[in-house]
Amino acid sequence: MNILEFTALVFLGSVIAGLLGSLTGLGGGVVLVPLLTLFFKVDIRYAIGASLVSVIATSSGAAAAYVKEGFSNIRIGMFLEIATTLGALSGAFLAVWIPTNAIAIIFGLMLLISAFLSRKPRSPAERSASPDPLATRLRLNGSFPDLEGTRSYNVQRVPAGFGIMLGAGALSGLLGIGSGALKVLAMDQAMRIPFKVSTTTSNFMIGVTAAASAGVYLHRGYIDPGLSMPVMLGVLAGSLVGTRILVKAETKWLRLVFSTVIVLLGIEMLYKGLSGRL
Amino acid sequence: MRDERARTDKTTTDKQMTDNRMTDKKMTDKRIENILGNLLRVGVGLSAVIVLCGAAIYLARHGHAPATYRVFQGEPSDLHSVHGIVRDAMHLNGRGIIQLGLLFLIATPVARVIFSIWGFAAEHDLMYVVFTVTVLAILIFSLVGSQM
Repeated sequence: MNILEFTALVFLGSVIAGLLGSLTGLGGGVVLVPLLTLFFKVDIRYAIGASLVSVIATSSGAAAAYVKEGFSNIRIGMFLEIATTLGALSGAFLAVWIPTNAIAIIFGLMLLISAFLSRKPRSPAERSASPDPLATRLRLNGSFPDLEGTRSYNVQRVPAGFGIMLGAGALSGLLGIGSGALKVLAMDQAMRIPFKVSTTTSNFMIGVTAAASAGVYLHRGYIDPGLSMPVMLGVLAGSLVGTRILVKAETKWLRLVFSTVIVLLGIEMLYKGLSGRL
Repeated sequence: MRDERARTDKTTTDKQMTDNRMTDKKMTDKRIENILGNLLRVGVGLSAVIVLCGAAIYLARHGHAPATYRVFQGEPSDLHSVHGIVRDAMHLNGRGIIQLGLLFLIATPVARVIFSIWGFAAEHDLMYVVFTVTVLAILIFSLVGSQM
């Protein structure tokens, strides 16, 4: 395969990665790393570098639209970023002492369970629960454009959400993954934030976490321009299409896409943990 | 300032003040979101254009060479540092220009955090200024720490 053909094929794969990443709030890495390593036989280190680039591209590309249209809640995002960046920092230090294989297996199992949980739509009683006093103090409650008009929401269980975000950050430091899955789950399941707000706010947040590690990977020579170029351009194109779809899509379908992707991610993590390839 | 007073004032004007603050806040939050969205768009757009230019040069020169990513070699050291990347890009080296575009991309979320500090400060929202400064401090710490 020459470079022209390779670039064109990677570009096409990246369009799909960007589309799924921007719809689910997971970033493009979930799809890209297996695609590049298994299908294109790219060395895992180049794949990780390219995936990091893709996460920043999806996050910033899609967030531009989501923030303007009022889906992402920037206060929730900024507040929880304290937890994810702190977690990522401690994860990077802990990585020396903790067996990453065991973590990958636990994480994989957790994803499979949460894929099952997150498919259930929220009951009306859960939707109309009164706000958590802490959420009110932190001004986290907000509203977003639903299909039938503007819908406001109250954020619940802030400490639990903050705790899971610490874990999500630590995982991304330990395993070198974006951990968008945990971010969405913390907001959707623990904090009871509407699904579209959860995925778009996760999407808004993952760029910052990825930028923090991008410095390290650039320095180690993981970011190859020839590979990152089609990845970045493809992912950007895909994420722009994704933002158009999300606005009109029904939450039911988004949940289905999300849970399918995290089942695959869970299986991938289990496989990596059990086979010791991490 | 008004924030402080609304918190300490426990009289009937308290509610009115809070109401005012709410509408004020809504206006500014919306404005922050708009500027933030534009900032992200410009950052991403700029980096995409630079990457595209680099891609054109790179593909025109090397398009027919075989693609080799099976074995990790690491990037040549001039593509590791900001200084080396800028130098390569100045020489119109395709890979150097692409890497420069990627640097702009990486800087975009960091610029977003820095802008948020300004935005929350303009809103007199001290709590969120503190939150955002904390995030920026941790970010810088992890970026600087990784180089050592």
